[in-house]
Amino acid sequence: MVGASAAGLTAADTLRREGFTGTLTVVGEEPHLPYDRPPLSKQVLAGDWQPHRTTLRPAADLQRLRLDLRLGCRAVGLDPITRTVTLADGERLGYDGLIIATGLRARRLPFGHDLAGVHVLRTLDDALALRAELLAGPRLVVIGAGFLGSEIAATARGLGLDVVLVDVEPTPLARQVGTRVGELVADLHRGHGVRLQLRRRVAGLTGERGRVTAVVLDDGTRLPADAVVVAIGSVPATDWLAGSGIPLGDGVLCDHTCRVAPGVYAAGDVANWPHPTAGGRVRLEQRTNATQQAVTAAKNLLAGPDGATRFTPTPFGWTDQYDTKIQIHGWAPADSQVEVVDGDPQTGGFVALYRSDGRVVGALGWNSPRALLHHRRRIADPDAV
Amino acid sequence: MKITVEEDRCVGAGQCVLAAAEVFDQREEDGIVVLLDADPSDELAARVRDAAIRCPAMAITVAE
Repeated sequence: MVGASAAGLTAADTLRREGFTGTLTVVGEEPHLPYDRPPLSKQVLAGDWQPHRTTLRPAADLQRLRLDLRLGCRAVGLDPITRTVTLADGERLGYDGLIIATGLRARRLPFGHDLAGVHVLRTLDDALALRAELLAGPRLVVIGAGFLGSEIAATARGLGLDVVLVDVEPTPLARQVGTRVGELVADLHRGHGVRLQLRRRVAGLTGERGRVTAVVLDDGTRLPADAVVVAIGSVPATDWLAGSGIPLGDGVLCDHTCRVAPGVYAAGDVANWPHPTAGGRVRLEQRTNATQQAVTAAKNLLAGPDGATRFTPTPFGWTDQYDTKIQIHGWAPADSQVEVVDGDPQTGGFVALYRSDGRVVGALGWNSPRALLHHRRRIADPDAV
Repeated sequence: MKITVEEDRCVGAGQCVLAAAEVFDQREEDGIVVLLDADPSDELAARVRDAAIRCPAMAITVAE
């Protein structure tokens, strides 16, 4: 396994459960024991959880997996012909089977990241550095109102900070849930005192003596800032595969069984595969997908191409902001028709169905977990397509 | 098998219910896990393990 987060560790776990008794090496770039990322922008940033609470497995469970766990260790190359992974220190690891689970890196602005006070949030260390910054009570500007940026804005408001949330789209979460529900997310943030700057691009960051002082928008608006979080998406961590012959596009290109090349599979945020109800290839940046895909990839690696099963999940994602939980099963394309089928957005929780070409492709719940599960069955079954 | 759930870790995703509705349910108001059967029969074992793996908050522990 290259990648020691949710997908890499779940793949290792699955291989053992399925009876694999050989050597299992897990290579992870970060020095920490494998940990979970969703709490970083919420409980960890808020200070409600100590970092160790994000650990993916208790030490005893890790022991039981009998891993050769290489932490703080970066893979820098792969030769799928000789079946060799090269590490940053020059060591070469041979393999019979490989699972690529290197996940994502935070996308950065082309400017400004050299200034103190400018952060991204992808790793535990990122979260702790940002938390230390927020404790000083800065005026905070969050650039990007996707899941991560919106959650960071909500957490920062919970800490009592002055927060501006900037996005190029007309609402927060527009790409994730469309603008109809996005308007409600905008209201949620405004109601909690976040100032929104929508339909705005960032033209630049200003600094003094190496420290950020403001975010400048494309209409000339200057947002004074003592701290800035750049949450403008992620890029698949595939740089180490450049020139390897492994097919790359938006991530590692797999077939419908998560297979990339002979003996090579991919899982989690980095994996891109053809999905029957998505109308083409997809790559999902979702916590539940990391584990589900890792289970399938590991089983298919053991089974070989002839015994492999297709990976056809109905996706699931969620976000917690303030006291609101938004959950999405299936797909929520921006151009779909959105119909509220349960509850009332004006008064509280609701469930909305997303239709594309007349077909139900997704269901979204707003503080309605149980009702949402009931409506989930209306989503077109990927295995029937 | 012996199942324990940690309510304060649960994020109400409902993946456990999708995996094994005989064993797991959710509270109506916030979706937090409700354990219907802490010691289910062996024929449910595979689906209970699946529920534990699918849980995005690692709120389910299965001791065998």
